[in-house]
Amino acid sequence: MDIETRHILECLEQDAKITHEEIASLTGLPVEYVTKRIKELEDIGVIRKYKTVIDWDLAGDEHVYAIIELKVTLERNLGYQAIAERLYKFPEVRSVRLLSGQYDLSLTVMGKTMKEVAFFVAEKISTIEQVQHTNTHFVLKTYKEDGVILQEQEKVDRLIVSP
Amino acid sequence: MNNKVNPENFIADIMKKIPPSGIRKYFDLASGIEGVISLGVGEPDFVTPWHIREACIHSLESGKTSYTSNFGLIELREEISKRYDQKHFIHYDPASEILVMSGVSEALDVAIRAITNPGDEIIIPHPAYVAYVPSVMFAGGIPVPVVAHSENNFKLNVNDLEKAISNRTKAVILNYPNNPTGATMDRKDLELIAELVCKYNIMVISDEVYECLTYNGKHTCFSSLEGMKDRTILLNGFSKAYAMTGFRLAYALAPSPIINAMMKIHQYCMLCAPVTAQIGAIEALRNGTEEMQKMIRDYDRRRHLIVSGLNKLGLDCYEPKGAFYAFPSIKKTGLTSEEFAERLLHEQKVVTIPGSVFGPGGEGFLRCSYATSRDQIIEALERIGRFIESL
Repeated sequence: MDIETRHILECLEQDAKITHEEIASLTGLPVEYVTKRIKELEDIGVIRKYKTVIDWDLAGDEHVYAIIELKVTLERNLGYQAIAERLYKFPEVRSVRLLSGQYDLSLTVMGKTMKEVAFFVAEKISTIEQVQHTNTHFVLKTYKEDGVILQEQEKVDRLIVSP
Repeated sequence: MNNKVNPENFIADIMKKIPPSGIRKYFDLASGIEGVISLGVGEPDFVTPWHIREACIHSLESGKTSYTSNFGLIELREEISKRYDQKHFIHYDPASEILVMSGVSEALDVAIRAITNPGDEIIIPHPAYVAYVPSVMFAGGIPVPVVAHSENNFKLNVNDLEKAISNRTKAVILNYPNNPTGATMDRKDLELIAELVCKYNIMVISDEVYECLTYNGKHTCFSSLEGMKDRTILLNGFSKAYAMTGFRLAYALAPSPIINAMMKIHQYCMLCAPVTAQIGAIEALRNGTEEMQKMIRDYDRRRHLIVSGLNKLGLDCYEPKGAFYAFPSIKKTGLTSEEFAERLLHEQKVVTIPGSVFGPGGEGFLRCSYATSRDQIIEALERIGRFIESL
């Protein structure tokens, strides 16, 4: 990756709302170049989407998250892709990951209440033929999400003036 | 019997000759004011990367709390040596040519004391970091300023340097990338200096603590120039590159007789650098490059932001190639740099450091540290703009 691209991506990673003009003044690159390069990065899928990290608890709209570990049996010729596709189509399923180790897949499931999540898992996930076993962990508190610390940020306690 | 005592009378004469740091005054001025934005900070605004802190915590849990060798942990000296082998193609023997100390501030003092006889002249390019002149004076040396001019992007001109050399000159202190100007010297510039120091047989103390914060091009380590290793004391540390200011850790690289002389001072005044910090430094050198480079790219972006912002406000600011300071000229405003800085602080609550505190050549300029967040820089630029308009 060239250094200009790295600078542009790091600017966007820190602040998805940053303007192309601001990126230009931070990098010394022409605005037109920044716009063109971001378009390219979007087109080739390096930039997947622009997301907002929201503390829903603080917003007063409480959600319940659970991490569900799944053990699955594989269908002939289909591998994990087929079961993963089946799972990720549920909007309640926020992430699907293939894991090494004791379990095969890990899901993050979101719901309004613990009961809703539990029912979803019991009715929609466990009943899928290939799913042998599920293990549900409810998330009690999120401290860090996607690299962003949701508690108060760590501050550098510096003197106001130093040599 | 008269018991009236004036403690001032006990103070050594030299202390009376050394004025308090000009920077300290701005600390006092700014401390009482609410809502201040500070461009006056000479340290990173990052917390030390976690893996480094974690290595220190682990070492404390494991009971590593003792003195180390006066020279510093051998593992650390080996890592430092390896770094110079790989990065600058110059070899320093870990056993005899490396001394680990408590910050470049200590290293500077020890280096100067180790080579200075009373009356020896030490040449200091100005504007200069505030510790150089007092350190030379403490050692009984005579600081000789030579001005590095703004027209030359604050690089040290070799002819100006030659004029400052006398038969009492012992050494010249180089500090590139430079605090406060952000100036750098490339290999060709330094080669001219190298020729001169050979011609007059003088030493160089090269304070390269901002080495890693070099934005365009590559830093040239002074001792890596041909013939320079034997006449250079190279100082470097962990504060700026790895955001480890509070750890107080640095090192000197020099020929073994000089290191031994320095060690005599260090062993009696400091014994050894703090062991926890040394362990953090080992971790920084082994695994810290990626995070360090990320911080440096961040500084680089803020550098563009502040330099273009200051120029847009009409404060001429050349593009500094290193450190984290912009050094714009405020001459157009007709104010002295002290007047500008004090009024800017009182009227718009932005702390900057007047160039005049960095000695000759600094008047008419302002040191603006960009080791602060993008939002703060944008806000500071707006406030500076309002201040200039009000003049």
